[in-house]
Amino acid sequence: MILSANDLMEVVDWSRAQFAMTAIYHWLFVPLTLGLGFICAIMETIYYRTGDLFWKRTVKFWMRIFGINFAIGVATGLILEFEFGTNWSNYSYFVGDIFGAPLAIEGIMAFFLESTFFAVMFFGWNRVSRGFHLASTWLTAIGANLSALWILVANAWMQYPTGTTFNPDTARHEMTSFWDVLFSPVAINKFFHTVTSGFVLAAVVVIGISAWYLLKKRETQMARRSIVIASIFGLCSSLFLATTGDGSAAQVAKTQPMKLAAMEALYAGEKEAGLVVFGVLRPEVGKKYLFEKNADAFYFKVEIPKLLSLLSFRNAEAYVPGINDMVFGNPEQQIIPIQGKMGLGQEALKAMKEYREAKATGDAVTQSYYNDLFDPNTPDGKYMHDFRLKHLGYAYLDNPTEAIPNIPLVFYSFRVMVGLGFYFILFFAITLVLSLRKTIGNRRWLLRLMIVSIPLVYLSSVAGWIVAEVGRQPWTVYEMLPASASVSNIASGSLMTTFFIFLVLFTILLIAELMIMFRQIKLGPQPAEIEGKTDSEK
Amino acid sequence: MDTVYIFLQHYWWFVVSLLGALLVFLLFVQGGQGMLYVIGKTDMERNLIVNSLGRKWELTFTTLVTFGGAFFASFPLFYSTSFGGAFYVWMLILLVFVLQAVAYEYRRKPSNLLGEKTYNWFLMINGVLGTFLLGTAVATLFTGAPFVVDKANFGNYEGFNTISRWTTAWYGLDALSDPRNILLGLSVLFLSRVLGLLYFMNNIDDTEIFSRSRRYLKWNAGLFLLFFLPFLLLLMLADGAAVDPKSGVIAIEPYKYLHNLLAMPLVLAVLLVGVVGVLWGIYIGVVRGGKRGIWPCGLGTVLTVLALLLTAGYNNTAYYPSTADLQSSLTIYNSSSSKFTLYVMGLVSLAIPFVVWYIAYVWRAMNRKPLTKKEIEQDEHAY
Repeated sequence: MILSANDLMEVVDWSRAQFAMTAIYHWLFVPLTLGLGFICAIMETIYYRTGDLFWKRTVKFWMRIFGINFAIGVATGLILEFEFGTNWSNYSYFVGDIFGAPLAIEGIMAFFLESTFFAVMFFGWNRVSRGFHLASTWLTAIGANLSALWILVANAWMQYPTGTTFNPDTARHEMTSFWDVLFSPVAINKFFHTVTSGFVLAAVVVIGISAWYLLKKRETQMARRSIVIASIFGLCSSLFLATTGDGSAAQVAKTQPMKLAAMEALYAGEKEAGLVVFGVLRPEVGKKYLFEKNADAFYFKVEIPKLLSLLSFRNAEAYVPGINDMVFGNPEQQIIPIQGKMGLGQEALKAMKEYREAKATGDAVTQSYYNDLFDPNTPDGKYMHDFRLKHLGYAYLDNPTEAIPNIPLVFYSFRVMVGLGFYFILFFAITLVLSLRKTIGNRRWLLRLMIVSIPLVYLSSVAGWIVAEVGRQPWTVYEMLPASASVSNIASGSLMTTFFIFLVLFTILLIAELMIMFRQIKLGPQPAEIEGKTDSEK
Repeated sequence: MDTVYIFLQHYWWFVVSLLGALLVFLLFVQGGQGMLYVIGKTDMERNLIVNSLGRKWELTFTTLVTFGGAFFASFPLFYSTSFGGAFYVWMLILLVFVLQAVAYEYRRKPSNLLGEKTYNWFLMINGVLGTFLLGTAVATLFTGAPFVVDKANFGNYEGFNTISRWTTAWYGLDALSDPRNILLGLSVLFLSRVLGLLYFMNNIDDTEIFSRSRRYLKWNAGLFLLFFLPFLLLLMLADGAAVDPKSGVIAIEPYKYLHNLLAMPLVLAVLLVGVVGVLWGIYIGVVRGGKRGIWPCGLGTVLTVLALLLTAGYNNTAYYPSTADLQSSLTIYNSSSSKFTLYVMGLVSLAIPFVVWYIAYVWRAMNRKPLTKKEIEQDEHAY
């Protein structure tokens, strides 16, 4: 089976659709477990220290919510891991040398921690000592968050490849510095930004569910105390989230200027660029029409002057390149046009091909010429690595506008994420103040708002990933490998079939999950008297 | 030749093989699930079974994920060739494992949409199909698969650029056409059931379940041997793909796997000890009616599978022969990660004994007393 060009585009679209669908479902369940694990651990610590059975009952209730989410997060996670191979065969070979290591470490160090102590956390109440149980709850939470670390290191490498060198013998990138991969500034920032977003999400969910109890005037003590813990946890997390978000945007400005331009729908680069607070884009933006003036891309926009330059480069005067600068080049700012990058990438691939042919035929002269050419320590080699191989992925593009991501999707998702991010800081602050004043149960509108905030926090969480991943398009590995050169050589029909099978299955499971969850919330924590009987240490 | 690199490639094939071997042992969870209605005649008995397995399913699942991750990390070309090529088989395997992951947690929860019976069926489907398909897929490491690999394709910026491709439109379902693959699939299925029954006898404190498990053990053990011994025999008679480590050229060698065992007496010894262990465990369960058959049988399973996988990849053998183009066959030399990556991961893998230690510690702490009906009746987290 060899794919035709038409097939190929279908395969790329369906592969992306399948991966995006699995990832979004995965991300509906994972962030809650990231944060709720720690909230449970904090509550159990209070129980451990006070011996107050109220806390044991409370923590068991939140653990039940944790468990229901956990199962489906695990299920969708398995599929994601294997989809790297099934849907992205070329990609998994190309990045295997870098990406595989974090993934294997994740399996060895984090997944086992999580799953081993998860069983103790749920079934060990009467089988192990209180101290062992408390440790297990903490280790489950830490394990869950460590799992996130390694996969985010891998994702950061796809956004900002570092610590690796291209090897023409194997036709792939190979790791040369593990620390550069692990401690890449993008990786560190991404990790903290992502897990704290999970903390914020879990805090909002705990507050929202507690608010429902307060509205129903049930379990009021559990609800009030849960709200206090969740709002402190949430407030700290959301402030940290804003800081890492700001750091993330500054990194994008440096490492992925096209993504930044898409986030702002900035066509013509400018000094003292303003930040669009809100705006409505014209439909041509979605069709990759290149506007000459930034204002023409909008029906209207509200802008804060100079803020984009300030946030991106910590300098209100700084020049922020626009989409046109990247597409057509800008000699003044030393930006190479995409057409030029396509040429550089093609030169790299040609050199690799000739090198491999010389090796196959045993042509020693040509071979030694290319050995020097690919050696990063020679001047020619430096040019090869810093210019040609750096733009390897552009070789596969047919036309420069392919390098532009879906701007409307990135633009609006960014605003949803940031807008809601600020809303949640305010939300936690108000919740905390009122719950400390013990007047929170009197304001029914606020309790309703807390419940409504649950879907909002999920929306902002998914929007954040859309900015990161759709904004990276067309690349799977930034500037090195486009999605079109990453796929497996399979028929689009096979992808379509499995896409719909999993779509139906995940949707059914999501509905089942929500129904179980709502029912468990309605049932509430176990009555205290049953609790007393099974409590062996009482 | 770079001996350190060669050592690391062998080391990682060992780690991947060991993870695969542990996975097959842990498939006792699947084996047990497949007999949910055979051993569990009442709702209460089924609950006991599910809760007994439910304390271990995560471990099996995690081992599967880690096996995949370690294979990806150490031999990325296999990941890219097999997963992207035998697409349908892997997707089917994934599907049945998704069904499992939710079934435990959801089956007895009120308002679970599909009803308890459906989730029980999910467990059984995973128990039967999951084991059979994994066994069939692993058998292709000996019998081969129809694929072509050409790294130069990556240089084609116009048109076709995938490095590996499947040459049939069956995308992995072609594995079902070789009877040896089916034999190994069925062997893994019945071995997992043997292990599952021995696990019930060890872990559940209920005389009915114990005696029923003992009765079924005889039949499942018989069927396992009926499928496994012919597979082993056919494997010893089979041709294999041998690689010349210097030139990388691959050639067919008759009786390759037999030669491998004779050339590596230690691996042969591990295989024999493993087989004896499995039989010993079965003997304890069937004849003596003992509770501890799971341990020799489990250890025997790990050793047997480990020896078989080492036979597939060591002694200059292509561990994934291509039936479409012999030179495309994957060996531990031509499909591994770079030396540096294998080295870094090698350091990380030194943590594995520690991981195994805490898993064993927790297992013991949790299994000190067998599971009883009374306990799950009182446990609000019971599945």
